[in-house]
Amino acid sequence: MRDTATMPAPAAAPTPVVFRGGLFTPATSRIAGALALFGLIGLWQGASSLGWISPIFAPSPARVANALIGMAQSGELQDHIMASLARLFGGYALGMTGGVLVGLMIGLFGVFRSAGIAVVSAFFPIPKIALLPLFILWFGIGEGSKVATIAFGTFFPTVVATYGAVDNVDRSLVRMGRAFGLSTLAIITKIILPGSLPGIISGLKIASSIGIVLLIAAEMIGANQGVGALVLSAGNLMQTDQLLAGVVMLSVLGLTIGGFIGAIEKRLLVWR
Amino acid sequence: MRLIADRIHHKYGPLPVLEDISFTVEDGEVVAIVGPSGCGKSTLLRILGGLEKPASGGALCAGEAPAGSLNPFTFVFQDFALLPWRTVAQNVRLPLEGHGLPEAEIAARIADTLARTKLTDFADAYPKQLSGGMKQRVGIARALAVKPAILLMDEPLSALDAQTRELLMDDLVHLHEQGNLSSVYVTHNLDEAVRLADKVIVLRRRPGKINAVVELKVPRTARDGTDAEMARQTKELWHLIRADAEAADREILDA
Ligand SMILES: Nc1ncnc2c1ncn2[C@@H]1O[C@H](COP(=O)(O)OP(=O)(O)O)[C@@H](O)[C@H]1O
Ligand SMILES: [Mg+2]
Repeated sequence: MRDTATMPAPAAAPTPVVFRGGLFTPATSRIAGALALFGLIGLWQGASSLGWISPIFAPSPARVANALIGMAQSGELQDHIMASLARLFGGYALGMTGGVLVGLMIGLFGVFRSAGIAVVSAFFPIPKIALLPLFILWFGIGEGSKVATIAFGTFFPTVVATYGAVDNVDRSLVRMGRAFGLSTLAIITKIILPGSLPGIISGLKIASSIGIVLLIAAEMIGANQGVGALVLSAGNLMQTDQLLAGVVMLSVLGLTIGGFIGAIEKRLLVWR
Repeated sequence: MRLIADRIHHKYGPLPVLEDISFTVEDGEVVAIVGPSGCGKSTLLRILGGLEKPASGGALCAGEAPAGSLNPFTFVFQDFALLPWRTVAQNVRLPLEGHGLPEAEIAARIADTLARTKLTDFADAYPKQLSGGMKQRVGIARALAVKPAILLMDEPLSALDAQTRELLMDDLVHLHEQGNLSSVYVTHNLDEAVRLADKVIVLRRRPGKINAVVELKVPRTARDGTDAEMARQTKELWHLIRADAEAADREILDA
């Protein structure tokens, strides 16, 4: 650097180190979420009011709301919802209780394990709605076949989640229990069951949404009452406002059940 | 209560892990077992505590367990093994349940051991809220609550950072000074062994055999890191295991 005359040495001012630590951790905001939802509905309403969207193929939110209110006033909506809820909860009760019990047996006891896993693996991939015709033959066209379909469909994912959850319980905790002389029963109830609870609950979440899919499919195949039947018959009659009213109810139903399980989860798993 | 290792041999498949291990843990004594990783320290401790059956020989105990002891041989684990869904007090409670103890005695034992391990203020915290050092204090409190005759500790401080290790070591020294507690303390850390033990058993590897037994005469409470005698003994132990440690380090693992 002899040529200092033409190259004035700048007083090297310290520059900040460039930040490059940003990760994909998007912030969430309830307000932004609500705005997006209401914005979308507003857009749809606006487009309908301006006549850009055909009222027959996609009725405006106001008309869907009207249809909902009308059906609620006549009591028709409640009848459909009650019919659906009865089937859904009947199916959940059978499928989830049975699933947790069988899953625990497979997870805990060698005798059940090989046989159980073989059977479950064979049944697991069947879309359970394919069994509805068989269940109609067995249990009749009425409630039995629908409840059985939902029970069957929620049973298998619950079994798989439950024994997976048992398998995932930290074995060092079990060894600790043994080293302190806990009985086998105490190890199961105080270590394995609480340890597998998070996995079981996330299995129940998945099973519950599978149950809703099966409920609607079963109601579309053979029912006069129920949200699935409402959606199907409204479609056949081109009553798209009632059809969408039914769809809105399904969204509410799914959210309610998900929220319910989420609340249980939060209560039971404060330690996480 | 005395614990006697009586000609213990052990194999995993064809691999001899322990060969002819005999020693005695006298009443109130702390015996450290040191050796390079893979020499069979954990296996030996599990055999002593009845968690594993040796190929031949075995562990014997002699004498009475302390009054009210629910579990004479009690482990403290390297990974703490706390139940994450139980609070500190509930974790300490776990081994006290199912023995038909009156509720008042359970509560008293919990309060007492939490106080001895400086955990009283943390009784209602969950493990995830605690530092590693606090978690291991819970592990120690849980072990003390059953009134053990002998604590079996497998690298209890190895998952902790250096400063926390120092603090817990002080607490362990203090606990053993309160008397009436024997321990087998497994570690690969010679400083810990020299700090706590009355007797250090040096294991050689492949197969794990007793290489030397070093008695430490300086009283535990009189030892500190600057002690010349301690430094000399640490050096002596290091000479005994250096070649084995090097061999363990250079080994290609086939698992
Ligand atoms: N369950 C097991 N099955 C087969 N080999 C084992 C088992 N546990 C330990 N070993 C082997 O036995 C030897 C001693 O292991 P371990 O007692 O854990 O040593 P340390 O605690 O001194 O590191 C090691 O070579 C290890 O690979
Ligand atoms: Mg080990």
